Amino acid sequence: MELTGAEIIIECLKAEGIDYVFGYPGGAVLHIYDAFYKQDDVQHILVRHEQGATHAADGYARATGKPGVVLVTSGPGATNAVTGIATAYMDSIPMIVITGQVPSHLIGNDAFQEVDSVGITRPIVKHNFLINDVKDMALIFKKAFYVATTGRPGPVVIDIPKDITAEKTEFEYPSKIEMRSYHPTVKGHNGQIRRAIELIKSAQRPMIYSGGGVILGNGSEQLRTFTRSLGYPITQTLMGLGAFPASDPLSLGMLGMHGTYEANMSMHHCDVLIAIGARFDDRVTGSLEKFCPEAKIIHIDVDPASISKNVKVDVPIVGEVAPVLDAINAELAKITEPSNLGAIEKWWAQINEWRAQDCLKYDQNSKIIKPQYVVEELYKATHGDAFVTSDVGQHQMFAAQYYGFDKPRQWINSGGLGTMGFGLPAAMGVQLAHPGEMVACITGESSIQMCIQELSTCKQYSLPLKIINLNNGYMGMVRQWQEFFYEKRYAMSYFDALPDFVALAESYGHVGIKVEKPEDVRPALDEAFKQKDRLVFLDFITDREENVYPMIPTGAGLNEMILV
Amino acid sequence: MVYEADNSEAVEMKHIISILIENEAGALSRVAGLFSARAYNIESLTVAPTDDPSLSRMTLVTSGTDEIVEQVCKQLNKLIDVVKLVNLTDDVHVERELILIKVKAENEARDEVKRIVDIFNGHIIDMTDTTYTLEVTGDSEKIDALLKALEHITMLEVVRSGQLGMGRGAKGMGCKPC
Ligand SMILES: Cc1ncc(C[n+]2csc(CCOP(=O)(O)OP(=O)(O)O)c2C)c(N)n1
Repeated sequence: MELTGAEIIIECLKAEGIDYVFGYPGGAVLHIYDAFYKQDDVQHILVRHEQGATHAADGYARATGKPGVVLVTSGPGATNAVTGIATAYMDSIPMIVITGQVPSHLIGNDAFQEVDSVGITRPIVKHNFLINDVKDMALIFKKAFYVATTGRPGPVVIDIPKDITAEKTEFEYPSKIEMRSYHPTVKGHNGQIRRAIELIKSAQRPMIYSGGGVILGNGSEQLRTFTRSLGYPITQTLMGLGAFPASDPLSLGMLGMHGTYEANMSMHHCDVLIAIGARFDDRVTGSLEKFCPEAKIIHIDVDPASISKNVKVDVPIVGEVAPVLDAINAELAKITEPSNLGAIEKWWAQINEWRAQDCLKYDQNSKIIKPQYVVEELYKATHGDAFVTSDVGQHQMFAAQYYGFDKPRQWINSGGLGTMGFGLPAAMGVQLAHPGEMVACITGESSIQMCIQELSTCKQYSLPLKIINLNNGYMGMVRQWQEFFYEKRYAMSYFDALPDFVALAESYGHVGIKVEKPEDVRPALDEAFKQKDRLVFLDFITDREENVYPMIPTGAGLNEMILV
Repeated sequence: MVYEADNSEAVEMKHIISILIENEAGALSRVAGLFSARAYNIESLTVAPTDDPSLSRMTLVTSGTDEIVEQVCKQLNKLIDVVKLVNLTDDVHVERELILIKVKAENEARDEVKRIVDIFNGHIIDMTDTTYTLEVTGDSEKIDALLKALEHITMLEVVRSGQLGMGRGAKGMGCKPC
């Protein structure tokens, strides 16, 4: 039977097992919306701004490992989606973004709502396609999902002119796909794995540094086995938190600009660094000249271009984290008597000295609510079991530092692009993926206003998120930099006219609670989580000038932290 | 462990890179866009379809330290449309470039130019009462030498193809067995 292009899109999504599409209609996609109207298999979630659609699909993908799907119209629909596409790209999130395009015969004419979507998104996608013929539709969708979800994942844009969605052809979804130009590496090279094992065995001061790649590659189990069988210390990047449990004594917490003292000092002094699914981002390495001066480096990564990009490594292993670690673990299991036990014991003694610094301490007796305290209480109120999304700023760092993530895919934030506005829509995607689970969005009064309109989407779909607004009245992270590096000239990091967030939440049909005293923090959180089917917006009035510590200033080494 | 600390490797060299890429709309802009987005330098780039019309062959000349060029190659390889990439500089290879030059050719310059073209194994492919259009092929050193030889002649227009390259020996680069 012949189907229209629009119907084929739905069939492709069904074939890929997609349950949700996040989108917003407009002229160029009306045929597609008409096809949506006529079926019940794929549910369309109507957001309030296309940026929200991309972040929601992104949050859904991060929480499930399945690709998120977005549908937007041409022109402004596509440009509004750009921030979310770039956010997903920087964090290697599998996502399919369908953008409507003006009819084929008008392309290039500066037609109404025409932009060159393929051109605009080219540098922020793993790949993109413009469909010229309805007969190519099924194959291009198959390719798009394959490319988005394999190797180092990433967003793929499919731009579809309106006329193509009305044309008809026979539909058949390819069951397999082979692309002569795309062959991601899965298994690691045996010789390299052997070299890595030798280095791992002989280490005197080893350090495991793992990143978001472990979560993306579903390698969390393997990482746990690897780390525990060796008894080596492990630190995780902002994107990697949860892959290895924060509550395990082997975990030194996060590293980098706002990492712990013990993690950064151990990085600086280690003699063998085992980097797993991490990419030596500048927020992690600090000054490259001073990075890990004594270390031989092993790097496991699925993306060959990540290897020796910023830091030259000694033993690169290109492959997916899980199979590579499986291979290494199998070899390690054969070792009965490690020869470096004495050295490792000494190393831990040193690390424990650094740990004793207690670098995350903060004033427990404050009469004003400390943001760190709210996060700690949130952890307790949710038994560490909530999915936590965040926006960008101090609150993001406090969330990463004080909510000890024990499970992968539990911590969802925009690490690479650092997109304010991410938290709320991402939480919607997480909640849809995991109905019945606790989902908290830790945010700030500035960030939340960037996608606040999505409160309306939450009402429409009854998403019972808990919004933890750490309201310090400042763009806290900007203010902190201005305090440290611009002699407290707080240029434009302050809003003079904040909304009444309680009234705002209520006007969207939600519950709002304002919390001003430390002793009210826990009761408010408990009350919020008791309301299982309501979105509760908790507006915590926090210490206005609290800073995130430790901090590594730009240009400094990991051993040159500013401590509280 | 860091490039900057290791000056011995920081020598900038010219590299000639051959790429087989899907002959699709936008393939060229993906390559060009990569260079501008990552601030890599691009000296010349030629592209045309091959005997297999579904594939284009590009020859790209860039310069940088070994590490930078390694990154360039990895990033190019990462483009979904790139089927195969070879850094020709790593092995013996041939390079050719074609140059067209329109020169003023009057009085004694008319003979002089003709002589130079002969020395460089070139041709005069168009002429007027006052000008010649020359065609010369060769590696970039030869082309540079030609331009130097013509220094005292008035050049009205110069166009270079950019370099083409191919590995020496029996092996082909394509997807086809040889
Ligand atoms: C879209 C966007 N614009 C600007 C920035 C720069 N920026 C980073 S943190 C920050 C302040 C965030 O303030 P708030 O949300 O109140 O969080 P706080 O730091 O106070 O916890 C800004 C403006 C950004 N990350 N994203």
